[in-house]
Amino acid sequence: MSDTQIEVPIETFPIHKESDPSRRSNRLPPHRIVLGLIGLGLVASAAFFMRWDWLPNYGDLILQGLWRTIWILCVTVFLGFLLAVPLGLAQAAGPAILAIPARAFCTVIRGTPLLVQLWLLYYGLGSLFPQYPWIRGSELWPYLRQAWPYAVLALTLSYAGYEGEVMRGAFASVPKGQLEAARAFGMRRFTIFRRIWLPQAIHRALPTLAGEAVLQLKSTPLVATITVVDLYAVASRVRQDTFLTYEPLLLLAAGYLIITAIIVSLFRRIERLIPSKLG
Amino acid sequence: MADASIIPAAVTGMFDLLSPFGPGWGANLLRGLVRSLQIAFGAFGMGLIIGTFGAYAKLYGGPIARDLAAIYTTLVRAIPELVMIILLYYAGTDLINRVLEGMGYQRVDISGLAAGIVVLGFVQGAYATEVLRGAIKAIPQGEVEAARAYGMSPILMMRRITLPAMLPHALPGLANLWLISTKDTALLAVVGFSELTLETRQAAGTTKAYMTFYLAAGALYLFITLFSNVILEFVEKRARRGMPSVKEAR
Repeated sequence: MSDTQIEVPIETFPIHKESDPSRRSNRLPPHRIVLGLIGLGLVASAAFFMRWDWLPNYGDLILQGLWRTIWILCVTVFLGFLLAVPLGLAQAAGPAILAIPARAFCTVIRGTPLLVQLWLLYYGLGSLFPQYPWIRGSELWPYLRQAWPYAVLALTLSYAGYEGEVMRGAFASVPKGQLEAARAFGMRRFTIFRRIWLPQAIHRALPTLAGEAVLQLKSTPLVATITVVDLYAVASRVRQDTFLTYEPLLLLAAGYLIITAIIVSLFRRIERLIPSKLG
Repeated sequence: MADASIIPAAVTGMFDLLSPFGPGWGANLLRGLVRSLQIAFGAFGMGLIIGTFGAYAKLYGGPIARDLAAIYTTLVRAIPELVMIILLYYAGTDLINRVLEGMGYQRVDISGLAAGIVVLGFVQGAYATEVLRGAIKAIPQGEVEAARAYGMSPILMMRRITLPAMLPHALPGLANLWLISTKDTALLAVVGFSELTLETRQAAGTTKAYMTFYLAAGALYLFITLFSNVILEFVEKRARRGMPSVKEAR
């Protein structure tokens, strides 16, 4: 693979662009009011003319699914990021013996669909395990028989693969002067990494991290295909039980919109915490 | 093909299972690969068309067109692809049939290929809108002004100036979109369209050789990606000829 990788991370969610100042005015332009009214009318007509009587019966299940979706999202983003830091560091500054495997891992993860990875782990790996008696007898077996460890593993690896590439760029973009200054202070290598290199790299990667977190949220419904009951699986079940086409799906879409909005505002807040005066 | 399920997977070698002839499942996988590529091409092309209109609406449209384009891109990029696919696939065909019945026509069966292309193209369009908008904004203002000064009509200006000049800026983003498009075709397996992933699943389920077939499918997808990378690199180099390289510009 040459150095000019084409797959630059595209900007997935434009929260970090200042919208142009003319739109920032407080006065609501008349067409916005009309559009808002139309939107409200659509929501109201959906509430009135569609069937929502199934909602109380499935309340608990929906909350469970919501919780599982958020839980999987948080765990995989956290673990994936922990994995992405060494992957990025190995590619940016590591010796070839570490950099080549890291690069190969990122290429394979980003070159194959997540659905295939998920099914490979769940059906492929999951079908190999029972052949070995020592695995069946081990402490881990009760977990390996369930679906969620495979879901978490697949999503974590996928996030690490995409994020490793982002962290590579972030580590490489920290100015050399910063690291040289740290060395001149007599810091040990690990201290340099902990105090200078990692914080600056994370700050540079934050906008992309927010976009990747949203992408990760959008990947979570895939776990429903290996029988993990997340928000999407709950909606599918409602559709099967009640024979309704639109209502559960619209509610599902609204749910994902709200979670996305929360992620975006959370990252915006984190970003504001960090003083942005980088050399 | 029927006897493949009778022979245990451990006895027949991995390559017998994958062979494109006789009891092997290679032909099925390759057929799925071709269908995946058809959908990826169609969706990418449709995404480009939607994206061009979307980018023009966002940049030059009136306030309402701008807001509608913003709503479209925001919604599509915030709702998971799988949910969009289910929503458009089931609800979309249901709506079309209801409209047709209301107008007194027969119900139609919408082919999986067309539905898949439309659904994925709709999703791709939102991302393409953002890529093309950024690329058009990167064109030096003077070139557009010069075209206006020549008295070019907007269509002529788009054909002669804007689209060719934005291409080098748009290509990295579009290359990425193409790769996403090839991988997103796998999601159509969930709605039962027999592309590569679903063919793989069926082959694996029948022969119980899960590892073999999923690894083979992964290798095929990876091959598409790597092959595309080579071609895209060449195209990008050609589109950027005469321009300073990205590294020097930094």
